[in-house]
Amino acid sequence: MVEEVGVNDTGDLIINVGPQHPSTHGVLHLVITLNGETIKKIEPHLGYIHRSIEKMCESLSYRQFIYVTSRMDYLSSHINNHACALTVEKGLQIEIPERAKYIRVLMDELTRLASHQLWWGAAAMDVGALTPFFHAFREREMINEIMEETCGARLTMNYNVPGGVMADIHPNFQRKTKDFLKFFKTKLPEYDEMVTGNIIFQNRMKGVGILSKADAISYGCSGPTARASGVNCDIRKLYPYEIYDKVQFDEILDSSGDCYGRYLVRMEEMRQSISIIEQLIDNIPEGDFQAKTKAVLKLPKGEFYTRVETARGDFGVYIVSEGGLTPYRIKFRSPGFSNLSALNHMACGQKIGDMVAIMATLDLVIPDIDR
Amino acid sequence: MISFEYIANSIDTWLNATFNSGLALAIEFVLVGVLCIGLFAVLGLVLIMMERKVSAYMQVRLGPNRVGPKGMFQTTADTLKLLFKEGLTPTGSDRFLFNLAPFIVMIAAMLVLAPIAFAKNFQIWDINIGVLYVSAVSSIGVIGILMAGWASNNKYSLLGAMRSGAQIVSYELSAGLSILVIVIFTGDLSISKIIESQQTGWWIFRGHIPVLIAFVIYIIAVTAETNRAPFDLAEAESELTAGFHTEYSGMKFALFFLAEYVNIFIVCAIGATLFLGGWMPLHIGNWEAFNTVMDYIPSSLWFIGKTFFLIFVIMWFRWTFPRLRIDQLLTLEWKYLLPISMFNLLLATLIAIQGWYF
Repeated sequence: MVEEVGVNDTGDLIINVGPQHPSTHGVLHLVITLNGETIKKIEPHLGYIHRSIEKMCESLSYRQFIYVTSRMDYLSSHINNHACALTVEKGLQIEIPERAKYIRVLMDELTRLASHQLWWGAAAMDVGALTPFFHAFREREMINEIMEETCGARLTMNYNVPGGVMADIHPNFQRKTKDFLKFFKTKLPEYDEMVTGNIIFQNRMKGVGILSKADAISYGCSGPTARASGVNCDIRKLYPYEIYDKVQFDEILDSSGDCYGRYLVRMEEMRQSISIIEQLIDNIPEGDFQAKTKAVLKLPKGEFYTRVETARGDFGVYIVSEGGLTPYRIKFRSPGFSNLSALNHMACGQKIGDMVAIMATLDLVIPDIDR
Repeated sequence: MISFEYIANSIDTWLNATFNSGLALAIEFVLVGVLCIGLFAVLGLVLIMMERKVSAYMQVRLGPNRVGPKGMFQTTADTLKLLFKEGLTPTGSDRFLFNLAPFIVMIAAMLVLAPIAFAKNFQIWDINIGVLYVSAVSSIGVIGILMAGWASNNKYSLLGAMRSGAQIVSYELSAGLSILVIVIFTGDLSISKIIESQQTGWWIFRGHIPVLIAFVIYIIAVTAETNRAPFDLAEAESELTAGFHTEYSGMKFALFFLAEYVNIFIVCAIGATLFLGGWMPLHIGNWEAFNTVMDYIPSSLWFIGKTFFLIFVIMWFRWTFPRLRIDQLLTLEWKYLLPISMFNLLLATLIAIQGWYF
C-alpha cells in the first residue's frame, strides 16, 4: 500500500475536511492546503450526494417533478416547490386564486424563519457554542408543527401544486402561527443576548471572510451572503412574485461583507419575515385555494424561467418544453453552489477556525449544491 | 465525631500496632494507591454525569434519565461499553507512544491528587512545596497529549496536539502567577499551611483587589489548561473533529476523557484551597458564635461544596460561550492576562508588605 504523505512539494500540509466532518453539515469534501494554521487554498470536491435530480425531472410529468425538488434544499423545500409551481403556471398561463397566493407567501416566510433558525443554531455550534442549537430547535419545532397540520409533512412539504396549494389551511393555522410569532418575538432578543452580543462571538465573526461587493457579484453570490456585501439582490423586491409587491418589508443590506455582516443580515431577515407574516395572517381572503386545471398538464413549446428568493438566495427554475408530457430539459440554479464558489476567495490567508465560521455564515446545504 | 481524620488515624494506629512499621507503611501505600484509582474513577463518573445534567438543563432538555434512578448510572453504563470496545491502533501510528500516551495523561492527573487536602488533616502527602508540586506535575499531562497527537499519524490529531501544547504552556504562566499571589500573602508553599492561614477568613475576602484579580485570572487560565470550552481548541469538534484523541477508541479514549474530568476537579480543588479556604469553614474575623456554628459543618463538606461550585462555574462557561480562535487565544494570554498577572503580583507584594489586607 502506498503511504499517503499528505504534504505537497512546497511542504504545505494538505488535509481533507469531509465528506464526513462535523462542520461541513453534510457530505461536502474540502481539500485544504495549510501552512501551519493558515489556509493557503481550499478546493471543494462535490458530487457525494449527487442524485441527478435534473435528469430525473425529465422523465416526470409537470405535476410530479415538483416533489423531487423538495429534496434539494431541504430547509426551504416549500420555496423550491413554489418556484417550480410558478414556472409551470407561467407556461400554462394559469391565474391562481388570491387565497392561494396568500397561503404560499405565508408558508414561504415560515419556511424562511425555520431555515434561519436552524442556521442560527448551527452557526453558533460551528463557532463552539452548543447551547443555542437546542434553543433554535425548540422554536423551529413550533413551525414544524404548523407545517405538519396544514401540509401533512414537516420537512419536505410538497404543498404547492400547479394552480395553487394542495389543500386548504388547517383551522388552527392562523391561531398557531400567531401564538408562534408571539413566542418567537420574546425569544429573538434572547438570541441576541446569547450569541450576537457575545464578545467572543463578535471577535470570531468581525473582519473574517470579507467578500467585497464586486467579488460577490462576480462569484454570482445571492441571498443574505450577497446582501451582506451590499448587493441589492432580493428577488422579492426586484421581481416581485405572488403578493410580495403588496406587503411592506425592507431589503436588509449590510456593507461590511464579513461574517458578522452576514450574521446580522440573517437575524434582521427573521424580523422582516415576522413582519410579513403579521401583515398577512389576518387578511387571508376567502375563496378557492386552487385554480381549476386540466388533469394532464402540457407546457407549450418554449423556454420558461422563474426565480424566487429562498432562505439561501436566488433559486431559479429553467424549463425547456417540446410540448410533451414531460419537460425536455430542466435546470435548477441553486444559490448554495455559487455561494460555495466564493469560499476559497474568502478563506485564503485565514485560520482553520475562520473557515468554519465562513462556512457557517454561508449557510450551505449540500444537497442543494449537488442536486 | 467521626471524620476522615479520625478514620485515617485509626487505620494508621491499628496497622502500626499489628504489623511492624515497614510493613504498615507498605500497606498504607497500597491503600492510598487503591483509593487514588477509586477516586479517579468515581470522580470521572460523577463529573461526567454532572456535566450532562448541567448541559441538559441549560439546553432545555432532560439529559440522561433512563439507566438507574434519574439516569444516575448512565455514565457507568457508558464506561462499561467503552471497556468492552476494541481499542484500535491505526496502521502507520507509533504503537508504543500511541498506547503510552493515555497513561501519561492519567498518571499526571493522579499524581496531582497527592497534596490536595480533602478534609481537615486528611491529605495523602503534606509536601512542604505543595503548590509548586501541583503546578509542576500538572504540566506533565501536556506531554501525553502531544504524544497522542504525534503518534496517531493523523493530521487532525497533530494540529490538535500542537494547539494544545501552545495553549497549556502559555496559560501555565498566568495560573502560576495567580497562585504566587496567595503564596506571597501566606508566605508558605505548603497546602496545609495555606489553609491554616485562612482561619480568620478566606483569602478571596481578606486579600481584596489583588486576590480577586488573581482568582479571575486563575479560573480563566485553568479553564484553558484543562482544554475546556471556550478554550477547547485542542479538540475543537467543528474544526478538528476530535483533536488529539481522534484516533483513540475504547478504554484508551475513556482514559483521556476521565483524565480531563479529574483535571477539572484538581484545578477547582486547588482554586478552592487557595482562594476559598479549602476545607476551612466560613469564618468571619472574631465573630465567635458564627464561627462555631460554621465549624459544625464537616470540613469535607466545605471542601466538596466549594470545589463543586467552581466546577459548576467552569461547566457554565462551556455551555454558554463560543470558542476562541487560536490567535485570539494566544493574544488573550500574552497581551492581556500575563501583563495583568505580573502587575497584580507587584500590587499583591506591596499590599502584603504594607499589611493592607484584613
